[in-house]
Amino acid sequence: MLSRRQFVHGIGGGALLLGAGGWTRAGTAGSPVLTGPDFDLTIDYLPVNFTGTARRAIAVNGSIPGPTLRMRQGDTVTLRITNKLREQTSIHWHGLIVPADMDGVPGLSFNGIAPGSTFTYRYKVNQSGTYWYHSHSRFQEQVGLYGSLVIERRAGERHAADREHVLLLSDWTDHDPEHIYATLKRQSDYYNYNKRTVGDFFDDVRAKGWDEAVSDRRMWGGMRMNPTDLADVSGYAYTYLLNGVTPAGNWTGTFRPGERVRLRVINGSSMSFFDLRIPGLKLTVVAADGQDVEPVTVDELRIGTAEVYDVIVEPRDAAYTVFAQAMDRSGFACGTLAPRAGMSAEVPKLDAPVLLSMADMGMHHEGMDHSQMSHAPLNHAPAEDGPIVDMKASMVAPRLDDPGVGLRDNGRRVLTYADLATLGGPIDARDAAREIELHLTGHMERYIWSFNGQKFSDATPLKFSHGERLRITLLNDTMMTHPIHLHGMWSEVVDARGKFAVRKHTVSIQPAQRLSYLVTADALGSWAYHCHLLYHMEAGMFREVVVA
Amino acid sequence: MKRSRAIAVTAVTAALGCAAQLHAQVSASEHVPPDPPASHVHSMSYREMAEMMGMDDRRPFYKVMLDRLEWQGHSGEDTFAWDASAWFGGDYNKLWFETEGEDGEHTESRTELAWDRIISPWWSLRLGVRHDEGPGPSRDWAAVGLAGLAPGFVEVEASAYLGEEGRGAFHLTTERDFLFTQRLVLQPRLELDAYTRDDPGRGLGSGLAHASFGLRLRYELRREIAPYLGIHWNWQFGDTADFSEAAGEDADELSVVAGLRLWF
Repeated sequence: MLSRRQFVHGIGGGALLLGAGGWTRAGTAGSPVLTGPDFDLTIDYLPVNFTGTARRAIAVNGSIPGPTLRMRQGDTVTLRITNKLREQTSIHWHGLIVPADMDGVPGLSFNGIAPGSTFTYRYKVNQSGTYWYHSHSRFQEQVGLYGSLVIERRAGERHAADREHVLLLSDWTDHDPEHIYATLKRQSDYYNYNKRTVGDFFDDVRAKGWDEAVSDRRMWGGMRMNPTDLADVSGYAYTYLLNGVTPAGNWTGTFRPGERVRLRVINGSSMSFFDLRIPGLKLTVVAADGQDVEPVTVDELRIGTAEVYDVIVEPRDAAYTVFAQAMDRSGFACGTLAPRAGMSAEVPKLDAPVLLSMADMGMHHEGMDHSQMSHAPLNHAPAEDGPIVDMKASMVAPRLDDPGVGLRDNGRRVLTYADLATLGGPIDARDAAREIELHLTGHMERYIWSFNGQKFSDATPLKFSHGERLRITLLNDTMMTHPIHLHGMWSEVVDARGKFAVRKHTVSIQPAQRLSYLVTADALGSWAYHCHLLYHMEAGMFREVVVA
Repeated sequence: MKRSRAIAVTAVTAALGCAAQLHAQVSASEHVPPDPPASHVHSMSYREMAEMMGMDDRRPFYKVMLDRLEWQGHSGEDTFAWDASAWFGGDYNKLWFETEGEDGEHTESRTELAWDRIISPWWSLRLGVRHDEGPGPSRDWAAVGLAGLAPGFVEVEASAYLGEEGRGAFHLTTERDFLFTQRLVLQPRLELDAYTRDDPGRGLGSGLAHASFGLRLRYELRREIAPYLGIHWNWQFGDTADFSEAAGEDADELSVVAGLRLWF
């Protein structure tokens, strides 16, 4: 039996075959850096070997992640993308506010980039901060087509640092993503090697007594759900990467002792939430999704797929481990921050996986804080009564201050959305004139994902009126956390009282959470709106938004 | 801040008439609304869009499940038994096929082909045909059934059949997995067969004819490949049991089984 450890760690050299480009990995900041305003990017197949098995990836300019693109706020940038694949490709600039035809979603923004052709993106960069880019075609993102994008602020950084490193987390797999998706359709819990056993039941009987253990099993059995279902694809198939390097490869970022180091943390994975910490260092979060926030100091943060956090650390003359464990605790990405290359610090053990609770399932339970709960009756969409929705929450709350399953009361100060306050307030002072409520829905066992019980193919586009300010309320009727990404327009998350909290491009919604954000529909055109878990998007959790 | 605002205002005014008014309401952030798109994709059907997006939630899949390929040892001649099913289709509608049977002292089989349509979160309706081969004349049936997952993770297939000469039949299969480890799985399985009238040519009596209960312990080398060992009880009832005893056979039987479970 292959142990989890073998799957996770990969081989020592990281992606050895990547060395052909002439740049070295160990002790450097990872992928090459290209500086604008003109960029020439080539997308091609790339032989790689992350785990001891040779595989074919898809890469930008021959590296995974692709080159870090550095732009300057206010510049008009030109990006020529040449497709050397035998299939269509695309690049979406995640979090960048660009015209709809530059957004890079085939079928909505443009016709994609055909094999052998070059497409030129050209747009003015009005914002600043840390972002990323990735393919929006099929499963290309899973096999390597992603990279970081950094926009320097014209007026200078609000939160000064002496040095910076990009920390791009991702999930590599030796499996064909087409096969992973088909496997999830055939047996959705295929990748979960943490299911509850007969032994666990008797442990529960010993710990909680027969009645409680039986009633717990009866409740989960009645729902036909699994409380250990925290990730659809686990370390069984994934080797988690930091800047394209396996844990065994030990990516290292260097610093001089006493420096303030800015870490631009990007979750560029396809399906994984990471809980990141650097034992020995406090993390001062200074930006969320590229937008500067009031600094807040924490020990640990959960970063959803496609989310971005900038943190500042102040390391002493020592080595530190950057430790990012997958939310289901089936593996981790890690690397080292050190004054010199070749150093390392202790790598923490994975935390024990935590079960989803009744509160996560949106059900009544003892010890519940009713003041936090929504007492208004929940209105579920009519299609949610259909055959492709397996559960509907009955108790939901905004819970912005909830760090999420596996992080509650873990003895560390963990970032929550309640800690985030974007500097300068909202982009639009108006209150919302109308509300769109969308329920995040799905059927785990059949592996169907949707909004309001309608898959993309069953739904009509959401219509926003140009110029309107509207409130989108998302209510999670599933047992998974979904990172929801609206293209083209900011999602301005408000707290339980409706007060502006944080501006994001990707908003993670926990199970049984009801969360609202305001959107100014100032971007004409057709936009994608979807769950950023790649296989959820593929399985139907996608809507077209038309601003007209 | 001032400068970026100035840039913003210029860009917006150039782009949109109404955007300037919009921008006046925008606070001291660096946000600038994007220009309208210079080009649009042509309007397209879902099929065309799915093709271009490389994203199609209607795409069909298939699964082939060789649930039991097993040797059964009991008093008398050894038996080879099988139970295999397959489906092809999308989220709502599937074509479903199953073949189950044994080859030993008797050779008999049940083959079904059905349209499987999901009708509720946990159940699908199956409409199809069934064909029985074996001792005596073969039988054909029209089938209507329910298949799904009952509370407690119990997989259930229950079907009623209407055959020639007004024959009726009923078949039920239930099974559930108990995990001892993440790879060692015990599967109890219960099957029942009933008929509305005697069919002496096939050795079947009316009422409950067969029941079987199996306990199979499999080890998943990987999820798709699992050898197993188990025991299997077979009981016959009523006239069915009488027909067997008249033919000099045991109505009830205990078998030791060894087999392989495969799927792809």
